[in-house]
Amino acid sequence: MTIQRLVTALAGIVTLLAARPVGAQGKLNVMATTEDLASIAREVGGDRVTIDSIAKGYQDPHFVEAKPSFILKLQKADLLVVVGKELEIGWLPPLIQQSRNAKIQAGADGYLDASLHALILEIPQGQITRAMGDVHPQGNPHYWLDPENAKIIAKDVAAKFSQLRANDRAYFEQRLADFTARLDAAEKRWLAQMAPFKGTKVVTYHRSFPNFAERFGLNVIGYVEPRPGIPPSPSHTLDLIQEMKRQQIKVILMEPYFDQKTPNSIASQTGAQVLVMPPSVGGEKTVTDYFKLFDYNINLLANALKQAGVKPSGH
Amino acid sequence: MKQALRRVCTALAAGTLILAPTFASAQDSPQALRQEIDQLRKDFDALKQQYGDRLTALESKLAAAEGTPAPAEPAPAAAAQPAAGLAAAAPAPEPTAQVPPGAAGAGGPTGALPVYGGAAGSKVFNPDIAVIGNFLGAMGRNTVAPSPALEMHESEASFQAVVDPYARGDFFFAFGEEGVELEEGYVTLTSLPWGLLTKVGKMRAAFGKVNTMHDHVLPWTDRPIVTENLVGGDEGITDAGMSVARLIPNPWFFLEATGQVFRGDSGPVEQPLFRSGKPGNLSYVGHLRGYHDITESTNIDLGVSYAYGHNDADPRDIGLLTTDLFGVDATLRWRPLQRSIYHSFVGRSEWIRSRREQPLGRPERTRRGQEQPVGREIADGFYVSGDYQFARRWYAGARFDRSGRATDGSLQDTGGSFLVTFSPSEFSQMRGQYRRTDYAQGPTANEFLFQFQFSIGAHGAHPF
Repeated sequence: MTIQRLVTALAGIVTLLAARPVGAQGKLNVMATTEDLASIAREVGGDRVTIDSIAKGYQDPHFVEAKPSFILKLQKADLLVVVGKELEIGWLPPLIQQSRNAKIQAGADGYLDASLHALILEIPQGQITRAMGDVHPQGNPHYWLDPENAKIIAKDVAAKFSQLRANDRAYFEQRLADFTARLDAAEKRWLAQMAPFKGTKVVTYHRSFPNFAERFGLNVIGYVEPRPGIPPSPSHTLDLIQEMKRQQIKVILMEPYFDQKTPNSIASQTGAQVLVMPPSVGGEKTVTDYFKLFDYNINLLANALKQAGVKPSGH
Repeated sequence: MKQALRRVCTALAAGTLILAPTFASAQDSPQALRQEIDQLRKDFDALKQQYGDRLTALESKLAAAEGTPAPAEPAPAAAAQPAAGLAAAAPAPEPTAQVPPGAAGAGGPTGALPVYGGAAGSKVFNPDIAVIGNFLGAMGRNTVAPSPALEMHESEASFQAVVDPYARGDFFFAFGEEGVELEEGYVTLTSLPWGLLTKVGKMRAAFGKVNTMHDHVLPWTDRPIVTENLVGGDEGITDAGMSVARLIPNPWFFLEATGQVFRGDSGPVEQPLFRSGKPGNLSYVGHLRGYHDITESTNIDLGVSYAYGHNDADPRDIGLLTTDLFGVDATLRWRPLQRSIYHSFVGRSEWIRSRREQPLGRPERTRRGQEQPVGREIADGFYVSGDYQFARRWYAGARFDRSGRATDGSLQDTGGSFLVTFSPSEFSQMRGQYRRTDYAQGPTANEFLFQFQFSIGAHGAHPF
């Protein structure tokens, strides 16, 4: 008897699957996995969208906790914008699954992978194994640190917004054009600031800055981590110190969420300087949007290189 | 069957007959052959032109319909010389296949994947596969519940993928030393109305915290005494059934109610927690979970659970008598965001009360014939534990245990443990646990347990 009732109830649920209510055409509710994507989406969406993000700029985006409070945020979202390239693989899938939100399931209209058209670096060739550390098989996911990629992301975001809110298409397109123009101008400024240091060799903690280095002419010759995701080991640190002395490296770039002990000790033995460079919006108190992220990092870097009296090594 | 075979044979024969003349005529003369090739080439060019035109027309139509600007131009050329020491920037030249939509949400790959052997991309639909090995060792003396000195305790194979736009499937097989067991295997319906998250299959029941955890995510090498004594031991409440979970909207915190129905068989065969004597003896589990972020680094997770099922306490009529369990669980987590990979603390506690119907003494002769007096045995148990991460790869923990036994609540077992865990990477860990157990009957046991865990294959979700 109870089983019969249960079956009836289940049948009812399945029938209702077909008739899902159509969402009201209010403000578009957007969730981004990182503050960088949120900032870019905000530039495009203006006051026609509400935007929130999950990972803070000052935390390691690989190791965000899948807190139930994020489920509540995802439950109401019309659109989820993700970094992709397996950056969020450790925490986003269970959140999406428990969100009970059909709109943002991967492959649905409300799921946007921002990496689809971006320029991705360090795509591994040939056989890859975990002996290489926590490698990302589809390339380095820190691709947002290149203004050119931000333009591509913004374009994809604008297209998605227009698809979901066709009435506001002109508005989004106008804002996209405005953002792209402002970013073009800013990029020119940043490139000019960095031009004197083209080809400067640096060391970074994690592989967070390949796109940044590529765009602004830095040459990353080594990493504090022996392998991606593996903490520094004494033997690797010694090798790195030797190499830095040999190549006269003056700058170590590190993310704000790593321990400064090893970089500081390397710096003291090589005479290099440790720069804590936020790789994300929110990584530093004053870095509140995508423009300020580059303003901050480029100023920090240019000043440090000037002080160190770095002469471009040239190619 | 025979008819179908015959039909296939006929079709094959016909196919051969049709093809044969073509080859025969083509071999007539080189001249004819050349002409034929030229004709084919012309046909092919015409076809190509046709398709090209149609494709362009379709693309423009699509662009108009979606309002997307024409297909994104290729990513800005990597004009700058790739920095030495960095991998080349060029995208992989191998043939690639697009990952099916939906696969990414399952923790699967996204974007382009290499196609092996250049054949059809059907492999991209394969589920994410991972195997986790769990090796246990024990030293010391325990006469009540001895552990093997060395044991490949469990190898868990998981297969996970998206089924279709409405569901995903998860399978976990536990390969022990004696055989293989389906630990869990269920489909999750992700897009039901009213925010219902529904699972159908065999699964670990949502009773408290420890019962939902697979061995490899436990912060210990064993399970607490209260789980062993009252909640079905290692296996716990794991059964075939259905689960429905719903979020209860409120402005203050995360609140989720879960209701589950199972066949009614849980726990080890020799000493089951629930046993269904007949098909109607279902078991039920209910769970209410509240979660709140106190600060961005500290949060609290509280739950109450209830489970009800039939037991085998009366050997003449299995399933006649019942057991119910009440549980309260609390978890406090602290993890400072900016140093999240270096320091964290998790405090956990669960309190469980078991009420088991069982025969009391001998059957009595009454006016209605022989009757068995029945009583409810009440047993309580709890554990409290804390785990502190003091370096990126190091954890220290402690646990205190006390529990009565389901069949006799007055027999209290008490235990205490200290643990150290080292994780070389996300994919492996080593753990040592000193455990002292005062059994209600029998001598005190002092043991040193150690564990090696390693995981290969797809990157799973981090436990929370």
